Amino acid sequence: MIVAKIVGTVVATRKDERLVSNKLLVARPIDPFGKPEGNYLVAVDTVDAGFGETVLIVSGSSARMASGMKDCPVDAAIVGIIDTIHVAGFKTELSGQADERASEPTRAERGSRGPAGERGGESERRSPPE
Amino acid sequence: MQLARVIGEVVSTIKDANLSGVKLLVLQPVDAAGANAGRTLVALDSVGAGVGEHVFFVRGREAAFPFYPSEPPTDASIVGIVDHWDVEAGS
Repeated sequence: MIVAKIVGTVVATRKDERLVSNKLLVARPIDPFGKPEGNYLVAVDTVDAGFGETVLIVSGSSARMASGMKDCPVDAAIVGIIDTIHVAGFKTELSGQADERASEPTRAERGSRGPAGERGGESERRSPPE
Repeated sequence: MQLARVIGEVVSTIKDANLSGVKLLVLQPVDAAGANAGRTLVALDSVGAGVGEHVFFVRGREAAFPFYPSEPPTDASIVGIVDHWDVEAGS
């Protein structure tokens, strides 16, 4: 199974009838630290995942074992929404909405820090001893 | 089957019903010398492995077999914990 981030949706009017009423999402595989790797893929959603969320994707014939996917022509299915990943003491928070909320203030911070870039650098240097 | 090192764990609340109660671990495949080889992946644990251990795992449809009669949707499952392995130098 691979870890991936949902980056878009797919709309298809003409498709295999066994795919009717299934949600198709575009996912970008990422490594456990959140860095994108590999190519985009289209996966069937079986857990009501949404844009920006980090999910677990099962690929190959095993994708047909996801709930409701029996005998469906799929080779990638989203089977879980990931909350966190712990790797060697490193914890990656991956809840999609929380991620967006966290990234917005960062952007604002960057904007305000822009003119006072040197000060920002100093505070960063000061922070480790604390 | 492939050799790998368990490097982490995954926490997921919303998931396929057949995945509940099963541990999800992050694996780093390794080569015969123990060096990293290939991309990390997430696998189901059927043997009680933990972070830091060397394991071997099975890929594909067969990954669901250790959980019979349940059929969890998985394409990778840990099926053994490696005590040690020997490889002749240069092979």
